Amino acid sequence: MSDISVPLVAADGTPLRKKLAQAMFKSRMRAFGLVLPLLAFIIVAFIIPIISLLWQGVHDPRFASLMPRTTEVLKPGDGKSEPTEKMFKALVADLVATKKDRTIGQVATRVNRELAGARSLFTSSARKAKKLEAPFKQSLIGVNKKWARLDVWQGMKTSSRVFTPGYLAKALDFKLLADGSIVREDKSRRIYVMLLLRTMKISLIVTLSTLVLGYPIAYLLSTLSVRTSNLLLILVLLPFWTSLLVRTTAWIAMLQAQGVMNDLFVLFGLTSDGERFSLIYNQTGTLIAMTHILLPFMILPLYSVMKTIPPSYVRAAKSMGATNATAFRRVYFPQSIPGIGAGAILVFILAIGYYITPALVGGQDGQMISNLIDFHMRKSLNWNFAAALGLVLLVIVMFLFWIYDRVIGIDNMKLG
Amino acid sequence: MSTISKEDGFVVFDHVQKSYDGEVLVVKDLNLYIGKGEFLTMLGPSGSGKTTCLMMLAGFETATYGDILLDGKPINHIPPHKRGIGMVFQNYALFPHMTVGENLSFPLEVRGQSKSEREANVIRALDMVQMVDFINRRPAQLSGGQQQRIALARSLVFEPELVLMDEPLGALDKQLREHMQYEIKHLHDRLGVTVVYVTHDQSEALTMSDRVAVFEDGVIQQLASPSDLYERPENAFVAQFIGENNTLKGTVKSVKDGVATVDYGSGHLGEAMAINCGEAGTAATLSVRPERVDIGAKSNAQAVDAKVLELIYLGDHIRCRMSVLGNDDFVVKVANASGQKHLKVGETTKVSWAKEDCRALDA
Repeated sequence: MSDISVPLVAADGTPLRKKLAQAMFKSRMRAFGLVLPLLAFIIVAFIIPIISLLWQGVHDPRFASLMPRTTEVLKPGDGKSEPTEKMFKALVADLVATKKDRTIGQVATRVNRELAGARSLFTSSARKAKKLEAPFKQSLIGVNKKWARLDVWQGMKTSSRVFTPGYLAKALDFKLLADGSIVREDKSRRIYVMLLLRTMKISLIVTLSTLVLGYPIAYLLSTLSVRTSNLLLILVLLPFWTSLLVRTTAWIAMLQAQGVMNDLFVLFGLTSDGERFSLIYNQTGTLIAMTHILLPFMILPLYSVMKTIPPSYVRAAKSMGATNATAFRRVYFPQSIPGIGAGAILVFILAIGYYITPALVGGQDGQMISNLIDFHMRKSLNWNFAAALGLVLLVIVMFLFWIYDRVIGIDNMKLG
Repeated sequence: MSTISKEDGFVVFDHVQKSYDGEVLVVKDLNLYIGKGEFLTMLGPSGSGKTTCLMMLAGFETATYGDILLDGKPINHIPPHKRGIGMVFQNYALFPHMTVGENLSFPLEVRGQSKSEREANVIRALDMVQMVDFINRRPAQLSGGQQQRIALARSLVFEPELVLMDEPLGALDKQLREHMQYEIKHLHDRLGVTVVYVTHDQSEALTMSDRVAVFEDGVIQQLASPSDLYERPENAFVAQFIGENNTLKGTVKSVKDGVATVDYGSGHLGEAMAINCGEAGTAATLSVRPERVDIGAKSNAQAVDAKVLELIYLGDHIRCRMSVLGNDDFVVKVANASGQKHLKVGETTKVSWAKEDCRALDA
């Protein structure tokens, strides 16, 4: 027996551990080289943009960098006392500078997010700022008497924060005040939490419907002969070869008031011609179309797991006296749970971020959180808020993932 | 075991036929009566219909024609879970999401036994296979042999009168397989349950069974005790399939008092027991076991020329492949005893066998 305290050495005297590392180095480098292109691509095209965009959800230096003097004098204030001459002086100087740099538009847009109507106040005043003379307080109020209002200055103070929880607060129906406190939005203005809940509700219903519809299909596929099941699998995969847009538009043709489904309902006397069902441009439309589109993502993991469950398990259960129902419930179903987990989490995460389908068939009450993110990205151009909404969505998904891991276990998930 | 009539058979296959596609019969007119407490093995190559028979008995396949009776009652229309037949599957089919204890408790639960009853029965069944210590393990944490024992215990825990085993030892290595053969045999002796066992391994069949049914092409070729099967095969297939066998082709010249005179061609005549050969003039297969052939001419036996082609040393005996009467695969087992003559490759000698050891079968 060799002494344990003496490290093992290779034939040439070098420690075995070191020798092994040397021997493994080349193969490790080769493995790393193989993944390097993809790794670089993901970092450049995926991770960095996502981080920088999400960063914008809490980081907005525009006002502070364009209006440095105003930002400086606003810093000590509590946002409740009257603006002083010193503040007006700084403001006028910044207005002059931003007018000259043609950046006043950005500043106006930024403050407008905190206070509706601030945009025109800023742009019009900036045009005249150059000619203003001391005392600036009087002369600026002379240009537009809104400058005397406290909420204008509070809006500027809120805008001047470089790191701001304001966007995140807004995404959760809270409001960041000038003194840094956060309060609930007025009842009439709370829409985002409702929208988040609706998004989760729709995703949950879609996940459950795909499971209910997909489970028997996957079971059938797993029990058929390879030839037949491959053919059927192609039918399951067929939608993947059609553009998402085409599939969604097809649902419009199917579900609209004068569409195929309603024509059939009328034909079979399920409804009268005057009272056709409204199946589209509402939540029902979103649910139907999304369930159809996401169904393959449920079927495939289920199928791949069910295929590995030998039929002898159910046979064994039956030979021991279990009825079909008991054999399914006690033996087959528990073994298909990894597939259910994988399919459900896949469908749920895809559903929670869905936006083309709800945008096209969702109408008013079928819109989801992604549609609002899209709106702020492309229409209102409030990227910071879009990022904050995205961040909230990401945190929710991660949280659900964590719950899933705690309840079912992520290593229990099987995709094939 | 003496033959069992249809009336006192515990399991009866009565003119059973099975076809999957409506064109080919996988099981052709099967009549098989299995006695209570018997250990019967269905032996045959893959595709011979033996597993189909077992599955029909278990209820996972339906007979296309004919009746299957269990304890006098036809069971064709009874679903598997009401037949009360224990079963051991090829890959054990232990439920991976349950512990050993839960696996064994499952059949008792679905039978509505109380918790204390279940616990006692599970312990008793595990004790039978010496696996009580493993009650809380999962099947994945057990070795192949241990899983096998649990599967065995699970099939017996609800005390069925009939247990079916579908190649249960197929996945084990040779040594363990032999060990388990004895263990299953001893369990059978102790419990007195009826066992129907399916295998393609003839040594397994010979070791364990009271009777063996040799299947080929959907038909039972011979149903007999292991010793009869080996020593008195009724046709060429059984003679070939069970154990090692030398076959010679010949033509029957005459049959008299159960002894056939056979022409091996090229003028060689010999005598053999007329078991399953035709009348004079028909072709026949002659079967001689390698261990019944002697080197050299014995006085009371027929001797023929033999050329040594190959010698394989196997310790206790030497396997000698020879060319005899045109058959280049004629094998003789020469005991590695002192005083035994040593053969050399290429050497020509005489071999002989008694006519009682040579069986004339169908061609």
